[in-house]
Amino acid sequence: MLNHCFLCRNEDLKEMLESSKESLKLEAMKRIVGLIAKGKNASELFPAVVKNVASKNIELKKLVYVYLVRYAEEQQDLALLSISTFQRALKDPNQLIRASALRVLSSIRVPIIVPIMMLSIKEASTDLSPYVRKTAAHAIQKLYSLDPDQKEHLIEVIEKLLKDKSTLVAGSVVMAFEEVCPDRIDLIHKNYRKLCNLLVDVEEWGQVVIIHMLTRYARTQFVSPWREDAVFDENSEKAFYDSEEERRVDQSKPYIMDPDHRLLLRNTKPLLQSRNTAVVMAVSQLYWHLAPKHELSIITKSLVRLLRSHREVQYIVLQNIATMSIQRKGMFEPFMKSFYVRSTDATHIKTLKLEILTNLANEANISTILREFQTYVKSQDKAFAAATIQAIGRCATNISEVTDTCLNGLVLLLSNRDETVVAESVVVIKKLLQTQPSQHSDIIKHMAKLFDNITVSMARASILWLMGEYCEHVPKIAPDVLRKMAKTFTSEEDIVKLQTVNLAAKLYLTNSKQTKLLTQYILNLGKYDQSYDIRDRTRFIRQLIVPNEKSGALSKYARRILMAPKPAPVLQSAFKDRDRFQLGTLSHSLNSQANGYLELSDWPAVAPDQSVRIVEVVEPAGAPVFGKSKPGKSDEKFYSDSEEEEEEEEEGSSSEDSSTLACLSEENSDDSNKSSSSQSDSEKKKKTLKNKKLQQQKPDSKDSHDLALFLSQLHSFFLNQFLASSPVFVPETSRELLHRMTGKGLSAQYRFTRQPCIYGNSMVSLQLTLSNSSDQALENIHISEKSSTGRDIHRFNASERLEPQASVTVSMGVDFNDSTQAANFQLCTKEDEFSVSIQPAVGELLLPITMSEADFTKEQSKLVGMNESSATITMTPENVSSQSVNRKVVSVANLGVIPSSQENIHRFAGKTVSSGCLVLVSVALKDPDAVITINTENTVMASMLLRQFKTALTNSGP
Amino acid sequence: MIHSLFLINNAGDLFLEKHWKSVISRSVCDYFFEAREKAVEPDNVPPVIRTPHHYLINIYREKIFFVSVIQTEVPPLFVIEFLHRVAETFQDYFGECSESTIKDNVVIVYELLEEMLDNGFPLATESNILKELIRPPTILRSMVNTITGSSNVGETLPTGQLSTIPWRRAGVKYTNNEAYFDVVEEIDAILDKSGTTVFAEIQGVIDACVKLSGMPDLTLSFMNPRLLDDVSFHPCVRYKRWESERVISFVPPDGNFQLMSYHISAQNLVAIPVYVKQNISFFETGSSGRLDITVGPKQTMGKTVEGLVVTVHMPKVVLSANLNATQGTYNYDPVTKILVWDIGKLNPQKLPNLKGSLSLQSGAPKPEENPSLNIDLKIQQLAISGRLGSFISVGCDSLPAGPCDKALLLLTLF
Repeated sequence: MLNHCFLCRNEDLKEMLESSKESLKLEAMKRIVGLIAKGKNASELFPAVVKNVASKNIELKKLVYVYLVRYAEEQQDLALLSISTFQRALKDPNQLIRASALRVLSSIRVPIIVPIMMLSIKEASTDLSPYVRKTAAHAIQKLYSLDPDQKEHLIEVIEKLLKDKSTLVAGSVVMAFEEVCPDRIDLIHKNYRKLCNLLVDVEEWGQVVIIHMLTRYARTQFVSPWREDAVFDENSEKAFYDSEEERRVDQSKPYIMDPDHRLLLRNTKPLLQSRNTAVVMAVSQLYWHLAPKHELSIITKSLVRLLRSHREVQYIVLQNIATMSIQRKGMFEPFMKSFYVRSTDATHIKTLKLEILTNLANEANISTILREFQTYVKSQDKAFAAATIQAIGRCATNISEVTDTCLNGLVLLLSNRDETVVAESVVVIKKLLQTQPSQHSDIIKHMAKLFDNITVSMARASILWLMGEYCEHVPKIAPDVLRKMAKTFTSEEDIVKLQTVNLAAKLYLTNSKQTKLLTQYILNLGKYDQSYDIRDRTRFIRQLIVPNEKSGALSKYARRILMAPKPAPVLQSAFKDRDRFQLGTLSHSLNSQANGYLELSDWPAVAPDQSVRIVEVVEPAGAPVFGKSKPGKSDEKFYSDSEEEEEEEEEGSSSEDSSTLACLSEENSDDSNKSSSSQSDSEKKKKTLKNKKLQQQKPDSKDSHDLALFLSQLHSFFLNQFLASSPVFVPETSRELLHRMTGKGLSAQYRFTRQPCIYGNSMVSLQLTLSNSSDQALENIHISEKSSTGRDIHRFNASERLEPQASVTVSMGVDFNDSTQAANFQLCTKEDEFSVSIQPAVGELLLPITMSEADFTKEQSKLVGMNESSATITMTPENVSSQSVNRKVVSVANLGVIPSSQENIHRFAGKTVSSGCLVLVSVALKDPDAVITINTENTVMASMLLRQFKTALTNSGP
Repeated sequence: MIHSLFLINNAGDLFLEKHWKSVISRSVCDYFFEAREKAVEPDNVPPVIRTPHHYLINIYREKIFFVSVIQTEVPPLFVIEFLHRVAETFQDYFGECSESTIKDNVVIVYELLEEMLDNGFPLATESNILKELIRPPTILRSMVNTITGSSNVGETLPTGQLSTIPWRRAGVKYTNNEAYFDVVEEIDAILDKSGTTVFAEIQGVIDACVKLSGMPDLTLSFMNPRLLDDVSFHPCVRYKRWESERVISFVPPDGNFQLMSYHISAQNLVAIPVYVKQNISFFETGSSGRLDITVGPKQTMGKTVEGLVVTVHMPKVVLSANLNATQGTYNYDPVTKILVWDIGKLNPQKLPNLKGSLSLQSGAPKPEENPSLNIDLKIQQLAISGRLGSFISVGCDSLPAGPCDKALLLLTLF
């Protein structure tokens, strides 16, 4: 009857769905959704519902989607009818419709459509709308769970989406990454910095996922920041180092944090202020697992704040604090009062707070904590009171100063009215007494007196065990207790019976005169007990202690077996080993590994290659851009915002440029207030670099100021902030490369042009003059391909023919690699080969740069100690004028003159051609002496330069 | 992530289920019922329960258990926070989050849950976005809808969803631009028997109701931000600005939201506004007891204390109470053993007093511990942290339609 009614109703719904009125259809769908929500089966309506999938009414359509997703798995064939509708919707101009079509399509768990899904995901991952791309990221996980064979293709899509710069996509794609290929850490490298920088702007849920992923990532990529702190962990330390010396050597090496590691810590820190408790917890665990120990304290406050949130949040946070507080008491000690138990707390919260308070207890605060515990013992929640007594026991063993106080307190509790309290106290006292039994025979006596009134079996068993163990301390009482037990033996619990047998055995061994009969009586009772455990034990004990012909050798040792000194139990926290799980995870909460838990790896001993995270290689600013683009044009582009022009430049310039520009354009279009504040440092840097590149021939040091901010971060960009300038002085003198006599008529001379070399950034540019002094034409003059030294040489184009008495000037570039060693090579004509060599003067290995005086002094202050060399010389009078000093210095070395505010100090700056090391020279005149100071990392060069300056400035003449 | 969600009422009836992946049989909830049974009190149910194949993470709110089913590792707080967000959304939509409202609006609930999670991962949780996608029910609209067949579902993608400020909807327009800020401060204090403070802290929140056109950019600064010990913000607040300048700068969501919460732990700042004289004693014989409670003002800074409620959790042996209140009404619930005395306004001239006898279960030993008293009260227009509240200034950086008509309103609840 009921069934019939239900069918009737379904018929009714079917009719409504097939009617032509939208409102009726909608009403029917609403009722169906109601059925689904209640968990009732509405699958037989599938054909009627699926017809409406293409409805114009958006609510009706949505409800149909809900229905489809719920039942498609059961009605696979019919579900296929709807696919074409979604495929059409995927092409819709409205992004909401595209996204929702993809959502439903990917939620229909029908294996046949896997290829269609794959195709749609691929397409959607390149959609213009970030919302659709986000949906695509979600669809990846759905497809993966439907068909894991698609993994490889899906990883490709993930790789593509990871590069996405939208904050909307970031969280979802990282989620997909975690689900599909969490081991492919290599996909993260290039996106690491971007993810760090986007993090603040990602929505809350995405933040949690990204932070957890980055924690794992950082543990594989950076070295441990805990080296200095590791000292207190003596055991592990000793295992690592064999000898004392080695250890010292290793520790003297200062730890320098990878800038990327620092970037992560810095960018996650503000999120501690999030209203979302999951985000705060995620950041806290990141700091716990990644930050240097001394920075850990910043998470404490935020964690304590979470304790004012909902009950469930408190539960999880307290669990994590419990784990943390075992290792680092100091973190939470100032907030001890926050862990005081309230009468309204739920039991599991109370227990956790108790756990934390016990962990925090030390000599200083124990009295406060014990006072607090005294109130808890009186609590009406008896389970909690029992837990408190356990906690007191733990405090007593951990802090020896209060052991006696605690013991006395516990003894007082023995006269408590409540049975559970007394029982728990007995158990705890038993554990405590084991550590120092001899002094406490009166407590044992007291407990023996209480024995008659205690009914809780665990407590009775504990007392019996104590009697037996320390029967020598209470020789009179113990046999009496045994006597009482003999009377009640049959009505006791198993655990009490076992201990009675134990007590009897021990007394038999120590005091057999008094207890022999009692023991035999009890052993007889035990022999016929119902429980096989007790029968077994009785049999065992009897064989062991009562000597007979069969028992053999063992009974001789009975006393030593039974009365062996037993180690005291260790009372330790239940959270002791929880830190094997990553904090904040489900596994940590359950204290067992959950499905899909990803192990947090140990720090690597040696950091893997850091350069994998570098996204783009920015050309050093010193490199000329001749021939690549016309300078005027690029200037114009930089100042305009229009998109097309930027695209135009992308074509013309190198790929690095285009990526820099992409960042720029994103920043420009991103008018949201928020991003401006959280704009990443590195992006700013790129922007400024770009700025520099484009105006490089116009010395302007205004910007170098804010640029200096980023210097410390990225050393490789170090020199780009300073503008290469044109040489102040170019010597005209040429040197001989090849004499016409040795060259059989061919002579060659070279001179340094002191210009940036157009052939390569690290080359010194040279001008070669070849002349023919013979009487016949020389053909095919060139430099031999096989260079005799390792020097990188850019050869001049072979000159086809050199007429007699004619000469030709060619230019070439040599990479001297910042050393004055000669570059050897073969100069060839058609017939002959001549070995020649060029030895550069040290001053020619430099390129001038300009910077402001302030920057100069700042840089100089960084290059001190080893990097500084100076000499005092006596100046010849004609050299004292600033003009002549400048002239002398720049003729020796290719340096730029820094405008100086002080009359008597002259400053010059340059950088080495190959490695780009900064070379700063200052000449301070103190009549008649002068101090020459050279600051550079290249100390060899510094000493050579110094020598040359000395000669130049002390010599008179031009 | 979140696989399925079951809503279960206090009586143990499962009244709504929603699955985001394959259907999981509702029999999985048996493990929950087992734990529920064991816990006795609903508050004591452990939030995370392990079953052989799944993990159940649940929250208990407004007498409803939200039980979510998880299959793989996930940060538990992630799920808990989300479930609370779901409950808050229901409250926001239907005025209250109760079994009956959820049952009445089951279609909207379903549509909301569909939008909030995609494949178990949160999709849209901001109320501004959700309200654009699915309009909250009003009596008028539901009437119109039944007649015309139009729907509650928006047709375009909410613009907030795409921008970097997902919490604000676009195209907001008001004729009267106004912004209200409520500063609500709570003292959380524990006093011992003699009235000395064991522990006290101030917990404050700033609730805002912002009705401004366009994309307003607001700043809020405090005269003495150093007092704020620990703060947490709505995502709209710019962290960097707070860190560098201690200024709260934000583009607000439209409508009501909680801007920030803060915490002041400086003990000396906390002035407890009332005192309580209490004398509760149980007689050794005769299974009865005596109760005498008087409440008086202490440091109220001239303001009236309102909404005064004293709650006493009596020991289990107390069967009934026969009391006489000079002001307000009292109620003793013999099942939960809670005595509630609702006083109302505190009159300093005539102090309220509750006096009378308690009858105990005969034969039972007298309770060894005196019950603890919880006192709730409200004081309007007073910020306990004093120096902080009176110096809030609100600046509107870029307001398209003139300055705020009404700057701010201060209300302190205690």
